[in-house]
Amino acid sequence: MALTHPRDWILTRPEGVYCVPGDFYIDPARPVARALITHGHADHARAGHGNVLATTETLAIMACRYGADFAASTQAVAYGESLNHNGIDITIAPAGHILGSAQYRLSYQGGSVTFSGDYKRRADPTCEGFEPLEADVFVTEATFGLPVFIHPPIEEEIGKLLCSLDQFPDRCHLVGAYALGKAQRLICQLRRAGYDAPVYLHGAMVRLCRLYQEFGIDLGTVFPVDDNNRQRLAGQIVICPPSALHDRWASRLNEPVTAMASGWMRIRARAKQRAVDLPLIISDHADWNELTQTLNDIGAPEIWVTHGREEALLHYASLHQYRASALSLLRDDEDD
Amino acid sequence: MRSFARLLDRLFYTYGNNAKARLLLDYLRATPDPDRGYAIAIIAGTLELPGFKRSLVRDLIASRVDPVLVDLSYDYVGELAETVAHLWPANQPAATLPSLAEIVGTLLTLPKSGVPDYVAARLDDMTSAERWAFLKLGSRGGLRVGVSARFLKQVLAQFGDRDVQEIETAWHGVAPPYVELFAWLERRGEAPASADLPFFHPVMLAQPLEAQGLERITPATYAAEWKYDGIRVQIVARTGGKAIYSRTGDDIGGSFPDLLAAVDFDAVLDGELLVAKDGRLGSFNDLQQRLNRKKPDRQLIERLPARIIVYDMLRDAHRDLRGLTFSERRGCLEAWMARIRPSGFALSSILDFKDFDALSRHRLASTDAEGSVEGVMLKRRDSPYLAGRPAGMWYKWKRDPRVVDAVLMYAQRGHGKRSSYYSDYTFGLWQGDALLPIGKAYFGFTDAELKQLDQWIRHNTLKSFGPVREVTKALVFEVAFDAVNRSARHKSGFALRFPRISRIRWDKPANEADRMANLEALLGSTAPR
Repeated sequence: MALTHPRDWILTRPEGVYCVPGDFYIDPARPVARALITHGHADHARAGHGNVLATTETLAIMACRYGADFAASTQAVAYGESLNHNGIDITIAPAGHILGSAQYRLSYQGGSVTFSGDYKRRADPTCEGFEPLEADVFVTEATFGLPVFIHPPIEEEIGKLLCSLDQFPDRCHLVGAYALGKAQRLICQLRRAGYDAPVYLHGAMVRLCRLYQEFGIDLGTVFPVDDNNRQRLAGQIVICPPSALHDRWASRLNEPVTAMASGWMRIRARAKQRAVDLPLIISDHADWNELTQTLNDIGAPEIWVTHGREEALLHYASLHQYRASALSLLRDDEDD
Repeated sequence: MRSFARLLDRLFYTYGNNAKARLLLDYLRATPDPDRGYAIAIIAGTLELPGFKRSLVRDLIASRVDPVLVDLSYDYVGELAETVAHLWPANQPAATLPSLAEIVGTLLTLPKSGVPDYVAARLDDMTSAERWAFLKLGSRGGLRVGVSARFLKQVLAQFGDRDVQEIETAWHGVAPPYVELFAWLERRGEAPASADLPFFHPVMLAQPLEAQGLERITPATYAAEWKYDGIRVQIVARTGGKAIYSRTGDDIGGSFPDLLAAVDFDAVLDGELLVAKDGRLGSFNDLQQRLNRKKPDRQLIERLPARIIVYDMLRDAHRDLRGLTFSERRGCLEAWMARIRPSGFALSSILDFKDFDALSRHRLASTDAEGSVEGVMLKRRDSPYLAGRPAGMWYKWKRDPRVVDAVLMYAQRGHGKRSSYYSDYTFGLWQGDALLPIGKAYFGFTDAELKQLDQWIRHNTLKSFGPVREVTKALVFEVAFDAVNRSARHKSGFALRFPRISRIRWDKPANEADRMANLEALLGSTAPR
């Protein structure tokens, strides 16, 4: 039993989740004096903080996206490291979400809480795998917190894409994927499946792919799409941000097959809404089985749920004798 | 079963008609009888599996997955077949599945008590996408893969290199699994006999009346009628059966048993389907309450009985009238109506007009109607009944719209009994690439529609601001209003008087909604004129 329970020293404030004795925020939504950042996605990592503590990779991603002066000062940490700040012991472990994604366990006067950020449990060649950390409270995301969300093995989904490429060799295959994490994982998995032709990139992807390569992740040959090759991409794979799938940029490609790599593609109406021909159920978030497995692996007596569909996961947790509540972050405020 | 599941899955994610036709043709060529015939029957909705019910599927999943999780999932997914397909406990899919014909055959012959175990065993062997397709066999709401009965017949025509009218004619002489139909299409057998069966006759459609060529509209050449705001139907009653077809050839008779009961004659009529409400014709909104109700209850039928305004006659017993002129057909129709007087049927009246101005006044007068009339129709007196939209023959001249198609931008939670629903809507029109909010409305829809809207809003939220949600700009409302005036107090510069949601256009892409210029054109106009 914890001597001081994290609920006594963790608050949710308009800026984000706040650790009182440590005087810092975790993934704050607004500029603050001191922030711990779990990973580089824009809804977690913002520019303009005073001091940012994050993994070397996450700091590099933030610098790549926001410029080198994204924070007044930075502190780089590595997986496995422990440090003390204002009496808080901070332990860092990989979260398996994207390159550099980290979980932070905060221990204070005998009580502990793990902020896992976004995470997944399956293998990803672009980042280190999730490591369970023991704690009194486990804070979990619930992006895909409904039992209908089961992500198939990624090999199957990559197989669908390669099969379509065989079937329609005269059409360009345009895949919508997040520029950070998803795109690079997709490319690595294509390579593992034996696809060694160049992969073409929308301009918004180029810098982050280069950064991944600098961290030693082998993406094979990648080229930006430009005016010279645009009309010659029949039978090639092109990766772009989801928002570019149906914009003018995409309409200049040759009769593309529109694919989209996302966990939401599991739901037909969602895929249809986005006018996707080839839905690929690929996600960097835990699916329902991974979420519930993680609660059981960690075995923390208390669960705080954030990010997405809390209701079903809270129900599951209560069925399985966990004390569970929604950690309502302002940016995800679902209902009053 | 596996290839049928793949077909449905591909059809679902295929958007163009040509591509859909290609998929169907490939399937029909690669699949033997009787599988392909059952597939056609399932897609056309002509196969009934009485033991395979929605309630059975609900019971099966309830005994396997926690009910709260089922409800939350169903709320999100919005369709039972897909929800159950995803939630079904995963197994290793079987190496082979029984053929579609074997599955259908078993479901048709099993005693009722054996159906649940059989369905569960099949679900155990399948992947999620296969379960979805399989569960569609038990859904009464249609497949929703974007293939209408009429479209399927066009594909069959292409498959057998026949005219689509031949397929329509043959269709009613055959039944699932359509072995003799395929034999005929593949030139291996005779055409199925069907002379007295109630087949669909392709419909003649009108063009919108354009400004140019108005001088051709004279009382001598064109007859004028009201344009009713219902749905176009074809009533086919032959000695071998009767049917009520929509414009696209789907038989909707099941939704209108009151009407079918009144169909006791041998003729093919063309008309408008509406409902009566409180003794007069109701609006399209009233009619909507009866559309897509597979089995309407008696109360609903009594409250909103179906009405037909008849305006053309294609066949009188064995006489095909389609080659006659409009005036001749009209003469036949009037005499026939005077003789037969089917209950619930009324003759569309011919409007008197001596010149174009008089016609315009009729059109304006249609604005005063309670919403069952939306303009005038003009039909060339010498026009034969031709399939399609032949030029210069029939025109529709809709009344000026005091409606705009606007895009939903924000939704706010309502009050009182609506406090748990997002029921107050702010909508906007396009100006360039941006939407400008033009007004707010919180009524004009039914409670069932409110639930649907609420679901949609929760699944399409971009941002929340307290009780207000900003949503994906993807849903179009037809907004009706009494007048529009300039206003300095509104961001868009316009204020609507008495705006209300007149229709929810689930079908309309947001980029096809109206622009600010469309609203500006209605400035100062007040209804009714």
